[in-house]
Amino acid sequence: MDKVIHFKIKRQDGPNSQPYWEEFKMPYAPQHNVISALLYLREHPVNTRGQRVAPVAWESNCMEEVCGACSMLVNGVPRQACAALVDDLEQPIVLEPLTKFPIIRDLAVDRQKMFDALIRVKAWVPLDGSQDVHEPAPRISPADQALRYVYSRCMTCGCCMEACPQYHDHSDFIGPALFGQVALHNSHPTGGFFKADRLHALMDPGGIAGCGNAQNCFKVCPKDIPLTHAIGELGRQTTVQWLRDLLMK
Amino acid sequence: MAKQRVVVVGGGLGGLWATLRLAEAGHSVDLFSMFQVKRSHSCCAQGGINAVLDIKGQHDSIEQHITDTIKGGDYLGDQPPIKTMCQDAPGLVHTYDRMGVTFSRTPEGIMDQRLFGGVKNRRTCFAGATTGAQLLYGIDEQVRAHEGGGRVRKLEFWEFLSLVLDDQGVCRGVAALNVRNMKVETFRADVVLLATGGAGLIWGRSTMSTNCTGAAAARAYQQGAKFANGEFAQFHPTAMKGHDKLRLMSEACRGEGGRIWVPRKAGDTRLGRDIPENERFYFLEEWYPAYGNTSPRDVASRAIVRVTRHMGLGVRGQDIVYLDLTHKSREFLEARLGGILDMYQTFAGVDPYTNPMEVFPSMHYTMGGLWVGFDKDGQTGGMARISPKNHATSVPGLYACGECDFAYHGANRLGANSLLSASFSGRVAGDAAAAYLKNLKSGCDKVPDSVYDAERQRQAEINQALLARTGGENASTLHHQLGELMQQYVFVERDNAGLDKALAGIAELKERGRKISLDDKGNWSNQSLPWARQVQDMIVLGEVMTKCARLRDECRGSHYKAEFELKQPEGKFAGDPEYEAYTEKWKANNERWLKHSIATHTPAGPQVEYWPVDSSVMPPTKPRDYR
Repeated sequence: MDKVIHFKIKRQDGPNSQPYWEEFKMPYAPQHNVISALLYLREHPVNTRGQRVAPVAWESNCMEEVCGACSMLVNGVPRQACAALVDDLEQPIVLEPLTKFPIIRDLAVDRQKMFDALIRVKAWVPLDGSQDVHEPAPRISPADQALRYVYSRCMTCGCCMEACPQYHDHSDFIGPALFGQVALHNSHPTGGFFKADRLHALMDPGGIAGCGNAQNCFKVCPKDIPLTHAIGELGRQTTVQWLRDLLMK
Repeated sequence: MAKQRVVVVGGGLGGLWATLRLAEAGHSVDLFSMFQVKRSHSCCAQGGINAVLDIKGQHDSIEQHITDTIKGGDYLGDQPPIKTMCQDAPGLVHTYDRMGVTFSRTPEGIMDQRLFGGVKNRRTCFAGATTGAQLLYGIDEQVRAHEGGGRVRKLEFWEFLSLVLDDQGVCRGVAALNVRNMKVETFRADVVLLATGGAGLIWGRSTMSTNCTGAAAARAYQQGAKFANGEFAQFHPTAMKGHDKLRLMSEACRGEGGRIWVPRKAGDTRLGRDIPENERFYFLEEWYPAYGNTSPRDVASRAIVRVTRHMGLGVRGQDIVYLDLTHKSREFLEARLGGILDMYQTFAGVDPYTNPMEVFPSMHYTMGGLWVGFDKDGQTGGMARISPKNHATSVPGLYACGECDFAYHGANRLGANSLLSASFSGRVAGDAAAAYLKNLKSGCDKVPDSVYDAERQRQAEINQALLARTGGENASTLHHQLGELMQQYVFVERDNAGLDKALAGIAELKERGRKISLDDKGNWSNQSLPWARQVQDMIVLGEVMTKCARLRDECRGSHYKAEFELKQPEGKFAGDPEYEAYTEKWKANNERWLKHSIATHTPAGPQVEYWPVDSSVMPPTKPRDYR
């Protein structure tokens, strides 16, 4: 082999197995990304010791950084592997699973708790059914739409959770991604009717008080979602809510 | 009767809409998906969703949307469902708006609309250039609310393997594989809906997500569901080159003013941006002045193949044309198309704001799919809005919606009609399934355990045989070879000699598919096993598509065979005797070929018959003409 792509991959056969490192080399071709290379290795799963091994397990789907499936650590950085171009990466390219979620196998992890948290914070606009009500939704200014659009690009990929020092096994902090979703739904004209429900969820243990203001979350977000801005805004909203709750007692 | 049970397979727009409607009707739904539903391929749709709101002073009308859709599909779509879909579209997008979908706005704060292909009016609602993702998130959130309320149980990381059919051939549940612990289980259901998407991976590379194999539809087909119009696959004119995926550059690029061109001089070595205006050949604008860059996709893709492969004018002599937005301001482009232009920059490493993008047609959408029926409303001439006949497949108790069905788009889909049909069909299919449940005399609780045990056993044995085999074929290698055959012979231009070669090649792949062995023999999260099964099923469906293409000796929509082309007389239009003679020939051809091809599985391969098209809304009197 002349020019090669060299991978060093942290593998683990199952949730309770010991992790181990395995290296692979494959022929270089321009325009590879990490997932297209893993697809090549699926067909030719031979490690650098010449052993044919079980192909690496991982999750991916869209291959264009919109579905959020292929989050992993690429050279130590949490990101979408499909948008990590081999030509831009230092070799050997080190792939590791996200560390904040239970391992399923190799690079695949279980991100279910993020989706459970979306239920907890009621991240939706309540409807009186999906039937046509023969009336359009309230108007939204282009400026408000632009801000909401930024939040609504969240793929629930987990990169911000990985980067957050407060989000880990021994903490009940719900993690930065959820704040963007609460900000999104609180800012909707009718979604805002139920603002208090979402804010109360954030005032519970593990909510907004858990943020340590490390500001790592928005730096790794593949969609540049201003999560720190959302946390700041929701900090104000929860304070107002707290006062309102006091008065209503 | 015991509490009724519902299974929905697939969690893109179609599956989520069906789930929502069933949950709202009070049913408990088991929603199966191979991954978290938020990652479904609907999220890749970019440009928008069509609905007549007529906010731009163009006097757009629902009748015009119906006409455009029917003609865009070259008359092959059954018309009553098209009519109802177009009528319901405005209410549907307003419902999405109520869900909080971040549609782009006019200065007055109402949903903005832009131009798309195959139409003359601005009819497409959009959310930047990530409309599919935004709609998916909107409906996903609604379903999550029902999940929180206990009505919906998500079974994510489960793969549908087969239907459970009772001794009368009625669908009574599914067998599915838990892709983590690799166990096969069966699930009882009184009604099953498949919303499992398109089958782009049969072409190896396409604009589709890597899970769009069509395997689920292929499995239902092999258990008796009829597959319709398999030969009709859409090749999107503008996709990026790539060796893993052909990433889509939305038709919105052209709707917002993007222009397609090639250098007039063959093999011009200058960079696109350095080629002066008078040395550029804007072939779509020249050949189709009425629609220009927003000609329908089948027309545009054929023109691109003509200019590159027949005229030798591809960029640097390759299969490439330019998609040029550099004449538009950065601010405008960022607001309207930012999401996908970033993607171009990421994957091509070239700035699309200052350089014309390099694109070529790619497999993009399967118009064909599982045959589904509809209930015609005698009074309105549309589809009855609630009826158990709507979206019912040929297997009793099995429904299909979204891209895995064959409805609405005929021989070619118009841009921004797929988010509409996926949503609308999911809504209709959910309502239809609820109506079916109401009429159901005897439920799945009456079906003996032995029926489920037998299906589970059959599926587990298939898996065990795959795991036990050694030294056989590699699934990925077979997949590449299938893709090469389809790209070469079942692409934009087809001919019978090539299709025969493809069929011979597929027959060989089918044989070799039976000898696949796996590099992973494990029983935990073994991704090789489901992939091997998907490849086998893709070969089966590829055969259906190729066989139907071989049999259809005409040109219609996306299906083009030069040998059978009825050439439009150049420079002649309606009223001219030469054009009228052409119209007569076209009508005679419709007598023979304006029919759905219906494939039925047999051990010897697909058997194809032809069923009539319901053309009662707008009978075909005038050929499509986009000049």
